[in-house]
Amino acid sequence: MHEWALAEAVIAAASEIAEKEELEEIKEVKIRVGELQQVELDIFEFALSQLKPPKFKDTQFKLEVAKAELKCRVCGNKWPFDKEKLGEEASEAIHFVPEVAHTYIKCPKCGSPDFEIVEGRGVWLESVKGVKKGDG
Amino acid sequence: MADPRTNIIEERMKGIGKIIAVSSGKGGVGKSLVASTLALILAGKGYRVGLFDLDFTSPSTHMILGIEGVKPKEEKGIIPPVAHGFEYMSIIYYTGEKATPLRGTDVSNALIELLSITKWGKLDLLVIDMPPGIGDATLDLIRLIRKIEFLIVTTSSRLAFETVRKLVGLLMELKVPVVGIVENMKMDGSSNIQRQTRMLGAEFLAEIPYEQEVEDAIGDADKLLGTALATKVEKVATRITEHSYERTGKV
Repeated sequence: MHEWALAEAVIAAASEIAEKEELEEIKEVKIRVGELQQVELDIFEFALSQLKPPKFKDTQFKLEVAKAELKCRVCGNKWPFDKEKLGEEASEAIHFVPEVAHTYIKCPKCGSPDFEIVEGRGVWLESVKGVKKGDG
Repeated sequence: MADPRTNIIEERMKGIGKIIAVSSGKGGVGKSLVASTLALILAGKGYRVGLFDLDFTSPSTHMILGIEGVKPKEEKGIIPPVAHGFEYMSIIYYTGEKATPLRGTDVSNALIELLSITKWGKLDLLVIDMPPGIGDATLDLIRLIRKIEFLIVTTSSRLAFETVRKLVGLLMELKVPVVGIVENMKMDGSSNIQRQTRMLGAEFLAEIPYEQEVEDAIGDADKLLGTALATKVEKVATRITEHSYERTGKV
């Protein structure tokens, strides 16, 4: 259920952006959710709906899942994240702290744990759109 | 695009009185031992304490304290379990005893992730066992936790102190409070480190003699509390809590 903690972070960050840009009413918040973190989208969406302050009452939260891509720093091989190949314990650990992927995943070609998470790590706030003060 | 996690970290740290990062210029000086013993002693004095092992690539406080069989609870975040009377958080809950080879950006990411999802209770003090040096973790904590203070551990070696000089110099330049310096594994009567510490403008907190008993006490918190190291760290604990009276009027 740490989706709640992530949702709380998204709301805090979106609120700060809204304040900086003097948005009175937030219409849309775009969030990119990395596949590696295996966020339970329904729990995450529910948490967002429960945590949102009044300014966000008509906000549409748009979630986009980004496929995870890993790239070996030793041999250059690129490969996707395959949850099925991991045990439950490993996939749960990666869910909490995606970097521990380096403990459980190795390059399928050369066996190195020295890889880059090119895409699809965790939760990112893509954009916050709304109505500016005075724009009515 | 924004990383939403950094926005919530101040909020997660709000209920914590003092945050003490136990750090060193180089590895192998006994920083984790001092951090672990400090948490034990502060909890023993009745303070509400947390210990956070941020030395991701070589976590060792769980071994020093013999903490096993506990897991964090999930409750709209991660609630650290209580061990030896304090809240305890470490990456080992997620890696076990397997190697975790992390580059700097990964260290940063893992650190920000844990800081943003860990929900500490109301604490008087949070002790952080830092990775040595002035790398990513140190820079991130300075950036993300405004009330952080550093406790520096060195040995009597000129090599160790030279790295401390750089670390303390940087912290002072950045106006990050330095609680003081502890000289560990002292084997002679030289007062060189004391003198050097004063020249840096920092406070010399304690000298801890080298003792074989500490190695034998690894994994046994009660034995650890019986060492000369613990007696000296107790002095440091007193100074830290006094410090907070001076600085904020409360712990």
